[in-house]
Parts: sequence; structure tokens; C-alpha cells
Amino acid sequence: MSGARPARVLPRRLLLALPLVAAAAGGLGFYALLRRMEAGRYDPHGVDNPLVGHAIPTFAALPAQAPATTGFGAADLRAAGRPVLVNFFASWCVPCRIEHPQLMALARAGVPLWGIAYKDHEAAAEALLAEEGNPYHQLARDESGRVSIDWGIYGVPETFLIDRAGIVRGHWAGPLSADLVASEVRPMLGKYA
Amino acid sequence: MRVMHALIFAFLLVLPVAAAWAISDPAEMLKDPRQEARAEAIGRQLRCLVCQNESIEDSQADLARDLRQVVRQHVAAGEKDQQIIAWMVARYGNFVRLRPPFEPLTWVLWASPVLALVGGALVVAFAMRQKRPPPQPLSAAEKRKLGDLLKS
Repeated sequence: MSGARPARVLPRRLLLALPLVAAAAGGLGFYALLRRMEAGRYDPHGVDNPLVGHAIPTFAALPAQAPATTGFGAADLRAAGRPVLVNFFASWCVPCRIEHPQLMALARAGVPLWGIAYKDHEAAAEALLAEEGNPYHQLARDESGRVSIDWGIYGVPETFLIDRAGIVRGHWAGPLSADLVASEVRPMLGKYA
Repeated sequence: MRVMHALIFAFLLVLPVAAAWAISDPAEMLKDPRQEARAEAIGRQLRCLVCQNESIEDSQADLARDLRQVVRQHVAAGEKDQQIIAWMVARYGNFVRLRPPFEPLTWVLWASPVLALVGGALVVAFAMRQKRPPPQPLSAAEKRKLGDLLKS
């Protein structure tokens, strides 16, 4: 009888340690989560875009956004002949201004960046680009926001990477940070170049 | 004075109704009340992607208003509820549905009430099995010892 006791005590002690282990695992999990949020790699409000891995939605050419002279449509994107970043932005959107230096840096590096002004006044968007610089190779305007809904846009800025076959390869909701550009956008651009 | 009270009471009665009306602009409603009711029922199943815990019928967000319009256009075009919801899911994923579908990713979610019940039953069964047997009746020597203690 007494010989059986120690064998029973050990699992009990382990059971007592279980809540501590669970708390420690939870703490580690939260720490990892917060680190990823800090670096901009995880957004708890982010919505996965079902377009990734699929062809871009078809849309008729959108009107031009000044200072560009022509707008563009899905056919123009498919005919670009190289991977393109499509950026949805608006002059009324504060995170877009935060993101703007990253877009300028991408443009300086020769990355083709196509912009769609989402629910914006043409003059206001033009003023933003005159003030902060224009990183876009092509510019169009989605005043009603309907084409943007077809892209699954739920807030600006959002950025997509389209490969040369017109397939959506990457999607980032929210402002691109320097960290995000270095860790995700650049490697993907290299992969699909 | 009595009239005043009656007026205030009447106002309080109308208040919640007025609040419900304030949400949707009558201009965006469909003319046919049956179609409008259908559109509202569909809209209530769809999540506003901006506010995330409100349906597009309840939300004041710009995008929610646009999506309400889309739903009404599709209802007016005679589409089925399932078609309209599928249209939304194609653009925003299953997250747009306030009631998640039963799919591999949500099996645990939908099974959670059953899992909790089974887990609880296991805990109870374990606790019952662990119950110690009732103590042995006192031996003659113990009885004598107890008697001595109580006496002193």
C-alpha cells in the first residue's frame, strides 16, 4: 500500500504545474503576437483577401486621376508584362500619408506602382501627389468605389502584387512599413520578376 | 399638465422606433416592401468589414452603405439570397458572413458546445471515481482512546 503512494504523487504534482505551463504558453503566444503586430506583419482586424492566388477581377478602364493622362482597366494591368504593385489610396486617408514615403522609395527603385484613388475628389488627390510626390506610373480614379469592392477593398490603403500573368500574388491591408517592404514586398517582387 | 404628461409618454413610445428609422436613409430603401424586407434580412447576415461586429444593415460606415446598395441592386435584379451572399464571400471571404459556415476550419467552433459538455462530463466522472471510500468504523482500541479523551 505504502509503496504505491510515491507513484501517485508525481502525476499529481505535474497536474498542479499544468496551469502554470498553460499560463507560460499563453504569455509566450501573446508576446509573439504583439511582436508581429509591432512589426506590421499581423493585423488583428485584417481580412484575408480571397483574390490571392486568383486572376484580377475584370474591370473596364477607370478614368484618369490627375496628373496622369490616362486611366487603366484590368486589360492594361494584364498587359503590363511585368509584376506590378496596385495601391488603393485616398487623400483623406491618414495611413496613406504614413505609407507614402515607402511608395516613393519603391518608385525610386524602379518598381512599377499603379495607383487607384478610392472615393476621392480628383483635385484633392492631385494636391496630395503634388505636395508629397507622385510615386505612381499609372493612375486611375474609382469615385463610386464599386471597382474597389470587386477587389475586396475594405479600407485604404491596400496594396496588391500582380504577377505578369495577371494573378494576384500578394495582398497587404493597411500602410506598408519599411519592415514590411523589406521582409515581404521586396522578396515577392524578386520571386515573380 | 396631464396633456403634457401624455405627450411625453407618447414621445417615449415613439423614440425607439425613430431610432431604428434613423439608421437607414429612406432614399436607399427599395420601393417594394417585400424586396426591402429580403434585402434587410440578407444585410443582417453580412458583416461590415469596417466595424466588424456590426452587420451592414446596422453600420453607419461608408462601405456598409455601399454594400447595402449592392445588396438591394441584386435583390431588385431577382437574385436568390444564396447568390448574393456568395457574391460577397467571393470578395471578402467567409469573414463577411456573421454566421460562419460549417467547414473544416470551423468544425471545432461548431462542435465546441458538445466538446465542452463531454469535457465537463469527463471531469465529473473523474471526480466521482476519485471519491475516497467512507472511513472504517473505529476499532475497539480507538473507541477506548476517544472515550478517554472526551472524559478528560
